[in-house]
Amino acid sequence: MRRCRRPIWGVTMLRLEGVSAGYGPVTVLRDVAFEARAGEITCVMGRNGAGKSTLLKCVMGLVPATAGRILLDGRDIAALSAHRIPGEGIAWVPQGRRLFGPMTVAENLDVGLLVRKGDPALRERVLALFPRLRERLDQTSATLSGGEQQMLAIARALCLDPRVLLLDEPTEGLQPGMIALIREVVTELRGRGVAVVLVEQRTRAVIRIADRVVFMEQGRVAEVTGPLSPDAPQFRHYVGL
Amino acid sequence: MTARILALHLAVLAALFAAQFVLPSYHVTSLARIMVLAVFAMGYNIAFGYTGLLSLGHALFFAAGMYGAGLPALHFGVGGGTALILGLLAGGALAGAAGLLALRTAGVSFMIVTLMFAQAGYLTILYFAEYTRGNDGFPVPATARSLFGFALSGDRMRYMTALLLFSAAMLACLALVRSRFGRIMVAMRENEERSRMLGYNPYAVKLTALAISGLYAGLAGAAYALLFGYAGASFAGIQYSILPLLYVLTGGAGTVLGPLVGTAVMFWLTDIASGLTSAWLMVVGVALVALTLFAPRGMLGLIRERWAKWLP
Repeated sequence: MRRCRRPIWGVTMLRLEGVSAGYGPVTVLRDVAFEARAGEITCVMGRNGAGKSTLLKCVMGLVPATAGRILLDGRDIAALSAHRIPGEGIAWVPQGRRLFGPMTVAENLDVGLLVRKGDPALRERVLALFPRLRERLDQTSATLSGGEQQMLAIARALCLDPRVLLLDEPTEGLQPGMIALIREVVTELRGRGVAVVLVEQRTRAVIRIADRVVFMEQGRVAEVTGPLSPDAPQFRHYVGL
Repeated sequence: MTARILALHLAVLAALFAAQFVLPSYHVTSLARIMVLAVFAMGYNIAFGYTGLLSLGHALFFAAGMYGAGLPALHFGVGGGTALILGLLAGGALAGAAGLLALRTAGVSFMIVTLMFAQAGYLTILYFAEYTRGNDGFPVPATARSLFGFALSGDRMRYMTALLLFSAAMLACLALVRSRFGRIMVAMRENEERSRMLGYNPYAVKLTALAISGLYAGLAGAAYALLFGYAGASFAGIQYSILPLLYVLTGGAGTVLGPLVGTAVMFWLTDIASGLTSAWLMVVGVALVALTLFAPRGMLGLIRERWAKWLP
C-alpha cells in the first residue's frame, strides 16, 4: 500500500537469521532463516505443528525469539515490544480473523486507521480493494459472512499501510468464489510492492500466485523453491497432500 | 456525533431538570443522590463496560475523592470549589497509581489486586483515625459546603449542583466513548491481542481508562461529601466497590445512560422494598435474578440489542 517514489520490488523487506523461538521450555522454531521480498508472495507450507503460525507470531513479537535476528528493511526488530511492530510496517491477519464483533465495518477500519492518524486517502485506497465492504460500512462485523469477515480482517490490517503483510490461513473455511477474491486482492497487493507472507494448508488455493515457496518441517526451514506446480512432489513430502 | 444521540442525552438532562419541580421533596433529594452515584457508576462503566476492566477496588477511588475533598476542608478550611477539585484529582491520581501495579495482572488476579488495594485504603482510613476520624467519619464543615457563595445544603442548590456535575460527566463520557480513544477502549475490551497487533499498547490504554474512571469516582466521592455533608470509612468498604458494578450491570454495561438507569432502578427498588418489608434484600435479589434471565446485557443493553442499535 505504501507508495514509494523508487521501485522497491525484489528488495528483501523481512529477513530472519538463525531464529529460534518457542513456548516456555518447548522450542518450536529452530535456527530459522527466511526472507520475504517487496512485491513478492512468499508461501509458507508445512504440516500441522511445523511451526508456520509460530513463525508469524515470532515476527510480530508475540513469541519472543530466543536466538537470531529479525530484520525489517535491515533494522533488527526482535527486541521491540509487540505493540511497536505494526508501527514499523508489519501487519498480521491471524487465523480465525478476530474482528471486533460489536463494532461496525467502518469502526473496525477506523481502529486500524487511528494508528495512521485516520488518513482518509488510505481508507479510500483500502476500500477500493474491497468494494463489498464499502456497501456494508454500517453493518456490525459479527453479522458479516465468513468471506466478508476475512476481507475486513485483511482491510483492517492494510489500514496500517504495511510494507510486509502476514496472512495466516486466509482461505480457511471459505467457498471457492471468496478464495478467488482474496487471491485477487493478494495479487494486487504484490503489484503495489507489498511483501506478502502467506501461511497456507490448502495448496491449490494459493500456489499459483506464489513467487517463492518455503517448506517447514519440525520447526526448521526444510526447503525453499521458486514457483511450483500444484503437483510438485514437495507437497506430498512436506504437507502430506 | 449524530443529532439523534445528542438529542436523546439532552432530553434526559432536560427531564432531570424538570423532575425537581414535579417530584416530592424526599424524591428530589433521592434523585440528587442518584445522580452523584450515577457519576460514580459512569466512571466504573468506563473501566468495566468500555475497557473490560472488572475492578473490585473502586471504593478506594470514591473514598479518595470523598476524603480528598473532606480532609482539606476539615483541617485547612478550604472552600467548596477547591475541595471538589482536590477530590477529583485524588481519585484520578490514586486510580493511576493503583493501576500502575494492578494492570500488571489481568482477569481474576486484577479483581483480587484491586480488592486488596481498596481494603488497604479502608484500613488506612481506620489506622489514621486521628486525622480521618476513623469509623465515625466526620461532618464536612459548613465553610466547604458552598460553591460561588451558594450554600450546598439547601435542597434546590444541592439538586442543581448534582445535576450540573452529572451533566458535565455524562457529556464528557459521551464525547469520550465517541472519540478515537473510546474506540480503542472497546477494541481493547473485545480483543486485547488483536489491538496490540494494530499497534496499541494495552497497558497504556488500560491505565489511561482506569485513571479517567478514577477521576469520575473521585468527583462523585467529593460531590457526595460536599452535597450530603459527611465523609466516613464505610464509603471505602467493599460494598462501595460492588455497588457501581451492580448499577452498571443493571443499566447496561457499555452504554452511556446505563449507569444512570441502573443506579435509579437499584436505588428506588431498595428504597421502596425496604419500606414494604424487612426482607427487602430478597426482593432486590429476585429482581436481579429476573434481570439476569431476561436482560443479561442490562436494561439499556437490551434496548440497544433489540430496538436502538445506535445507542452509544
